[in-house]
Amino acid sequence: MFGFGILSGLVFLPLVGVAFILALRGQDEATLGNVRWAALFTTLITFALSLWAWSQFDTSNPGFQLVEQKSWMGSGLSYKLGVDGISMPFVLLTTFQMPFCIAASWDSITHRVKEYMVCFLVLETLMIGVFSALDLVLFYVFFEGGLIPMFLIIGVWGGKRRIYASFKFFLYTLIGSLLMLLAMMAMYGVAGTTDIVTLLKTDFPSSMQKWLWLAFFASFAVKMPMWPVHTWLPDAHVEAPTAGSVILAGILLKMGGYGFIRFSLPMFPEASQYFAPLVWTLSVIAIVYTSLVALVQEDMKKLIAYSSVAHMGFVTMGLFSMNTQGVQGAVFQMVSHGFVSGALFLCVGVVYDRLHTRDIAAYGGLVKTMPLYAVAFMIFTMANVGLPGTSGFVGEFLTLLGAFGANTWVAFFATTGVILSAAYALYLYRRVIFGVLDKPALAGMKDLTAREIALLAPLALLTIWYGVQPGAILNACAASVDLLIKNYDAALKATKLAALVLN
Amino acid sequence: MTPLSFALAHSLPEIVLAVGALALLMLGAFGAGKRDWIITEAAIVILGVAFLSMFTQLGDKALIWDGAFVDDSFGRFMKALTLLGSLVTLLLSREFMAREGIDFFEFPVLVLLATLGMCMLISAQSLIALYLGLELMSLALYVIAAFHRDNVRASEAGLKYFVLGALSSGMLLYGSSLLYGFAGTVNFAGIAVALQGGASIGVVFGLVFVMAGLAFKMSVVPFHMWTPDVYEGAPTPVTAFFATAAKVAAVAITVRIVMSAFPGIKPQWQQIVVFISILSMALGAFAAIGQTNIKRLMAYSSIGHMGFALVGLASGVEQGVSGVMIYMAIYVAMTLGTFAAILSMRIGDRYVENIGDLAGLARTNGFMAFVLAMMMFSLAGIPPLAGFFAKWYVFLAAINGNLYGLAVIGMLASTVAAFYYLRIVKIMYFDEPARPFDRVNPEVTAVMAVMGLLVLIFAFFPGPLVVESATAAAKSLF
Repeated sequence: MFGFGILSGLVFLPLVGVAFILALRGQDEATLGNVRWAALFTTLITFALSLWAWSQFDTSNPGFQLVEQKSWMGSGLSYKLGVDGISMPFVLLTTFQMPFCIAASWDSITHRVKEYMVCFLVLETLMIGVFSALDLVLFYVFFEGGLIPMFLIIGVWGGKRRIYASFKFFLYTLIGSLLMLLAMMAMYGVAGTTDIVTLLKTDFPSSMQKWLWLAFFASFAVKMPMWPVHTWLPDAHVEAPTAGSVILAGILLKMGGYGFIRFSLPMFPEASQYFAPLVWTLSVIAIVYTSLVALVQEDMKKLIAYSSVAHMGFVTMGLFSMNTQGVQGAVFQMVSHGFVSGALFLCVGVVYDRLHTRDIAAYGGLVKTMPLYAVAFMIFTMANVGLPGTSGFVGEFLTLLGAFGANTWVAFFATTGVILSAAYALYLYRRVIFGVLDKPALAGMKDLTAREIALLAPLALLTIWYGVQPGAILNACAASVDLLIKNYDAALKATKLAALVLN
Repeated sequence: MTPLSFALAHSLPEIVLAVGALALLMLGAFGAGKRDWIITEAAIVILGVAFLSMFTQLGDKALIWDGAFVDDSFGRFMKALTLLGSLVTLLLSREFMAREGIDFFEFPVLVLLATLGMCMLISAQSLIALYLGLELMSLALYVIAAFHRDNVRASEAGLKYFVLGALSSGMLLYGSSLLYGFAGTVNFAGIAVALQGGASIGVVFGLVFVMAGLAFKMSVVPFHMWTPDVYEGAPTPVTAFFATAAKVAAVAITVRIVMSAFPGIKPQWQQIVVFISILSMALGAFAAIGQTNIKRLMAYSSIGHMGFALVGLASGVEQGVSGVMIYMAIYVAMTLGTFAAILSMRIGDRYVENIGDLAGLARTNGFMAFVLAMMMFSLAGIPPLAGFFAKWYVFLAAINGNLYGLAVIGMLASTVAAFYYLRIVKIMYFDEPARPFDRVNPEVTAVMAVMGLLVLIFAFFPGPLVVESATAAAKSLF
């Protein structure tokens, strides 16, 4: 329509919902109900549209598809959207998670509902935009624009230390991104365009590559987050409302990993190879250190937040091993972690809505009053541990395999992280679900409501489905990952050859 | 020698302003004293006519009045911004002046005269014309800074501004005389020719003094000291006028003189611009953190923003000039929107200026809170708002000019600055509501709505237009 394609539709559809919600007047219960339904319908329609986009998508084609382009700002920038095998899963992940976020906030958000839903829908627009933008500046606009709604979500609807957490989140992310922005300007200076497809084919001089790589790394490492710049994440997670944590863990963290695959690896291959040991070291530290930190947490959300950092360590480790298993495993791990960690936060939200505390010590013996909840929590805990048969296993296994191919020691230390993750996850499960039910407040806890079952059941099914059938995601990204690795190797070979000739 | 009609046609906006100001002065002095408000309306119309009259001016560049002035597309772009700034200021001033009991007819007349000075300043092509425009502008500004003459703070602001302004004018004159002495001409083009071989020590001295004088008018570090006090003390619409129209004019003439008179001594002026740019960005970022008065905060914020705008000039290339123009256009929109919000801060019929008074605004006046929040995010340079594109174009020029250090420092400063912009958002959205503000007057609401919309959808609508016309207009300087 009007020369715009499906992707534009996906990007701007949530804004139509925003316009509709803003048009609703009144503060009574009926209006708020309408607001919630409008938001839910918007996200569901967006999800349906993304499924249609998926049906149009050809997984055997490694290049960008559903591309649309318009000139923008009249100075070399363009409004260009497109997806390939790497970004398509993330677009689907985003549209898939949004209805859960809206539904998870159904009863728990009671004040300023309209603004809340508007924030989430705007955020959806920006997130889909990040994964489908094919222009550097457009990417940056979506990437950074997400700070505004997320800042408000944490700050307005968050917990006790929400203000500290929201500022920390905003400023941490901003400083990294601004350095990336400078790198983007420098790339524009060299290539004369901000078109990502052209930039993927541009050879940047190797001294420049290192600086550019570092600038992009500053942004993506914070977003990811990698040790030692991960400290904003536990704060943000703990203070954010449940749906905010789901989005944060499920999608916003994936932007960092996606950025590495889209920019750092293919555009700066030499620098990526040069800095790979650094990334491996940080990844391994993240895996081991944050797992240990997770062991001693007293707050459920904080524990899961630290486990997220550890899991993202597997992602960066797999990415920079630069082989098929590593990169595909990283993509898989990100998608899988997207709904597993999202589901874990939803699980925390379920008991938080009842008892209004996230203190692990306040719980115990829930299996007696909430058997269904115990089952759901078990599935996601196991997926978090990486039990074979759940989606968590596939990602961890592939990234470890990839790392083993690149550097045995990295794989060795990272594997100890798997053991530690079992320790903290099972320890959490034992303290919350098993034990004696001796706390009077817990005795009257109701089991999962129909709404909560409807939320958790699809996620549980997917967790197991992708654990048994990982091909669904792996095949989608296979062609694009192969192309990425082929180009990467070719670029490195070319430089090596050039170096030989010069000598 | 160009025919008189040609020169007149190319001075149309200035003539409209001059004739209009004098006519309104007569009307005010001899007309009925009770109907002073008509004069404000008339002044708004005159500014509108002057704005429209620029559309009759075509051509890339025309030297007029014996080469003392120039009418080019760069000047027209900046004059358009100045006129818009003045026009909106007058629109915003009506209610404020009436409530404070200072709605005298002299105010719109002085604003018109100051605007006339700014237009002359922007199109000045010789040192004499520059000084002429600068003084016409400054003298009118001194008076309106102290327009609330029974108010101690306003009088103090006016006096401070006058004393320091006179000092800076003196420095500018001294520099001009040195330049004239060494170059043998006051004409910018002539100076450029004379300086082609490089700079003698006298010329460098002249350059430094001229830049110091202009830096004062732009309020950049180290000549910024007057800004917070004057911004705080002057009546709020006057502050808006200082922050928009006056700054545009000062930046425009700085760009013009540097580009057309000193292209031969780029390394010399580049050092100066980089130096004041870094200092302004840093001071703007750090000094604003502790402010509790929103007008003072905006003063420091404006110092920082001038630093960012000068990043584009520091690159010394055409792209940088268009970057500065885009920056100023966006800056004017953001500032006017913010000041419209500040002018809506009224509790129990009294204007308040404390940031704390904004507490919980999101729940008592959602529209105003939203507009102000968008302005703050935009001032912090967060996409997709207009402020991001402003930063993009100036820093792009700096990177292409290999000024990496400047760019990195600028980015770090803007992270620090983001903190205090966020603090205002935090107070409006996260804190518990304080006393609600009085009903906002429709004109002010309209200004907020228009500026808010421009900033919000800049990427779609005004953006491409602004960028294209600035890119085209920047060519006329080269």
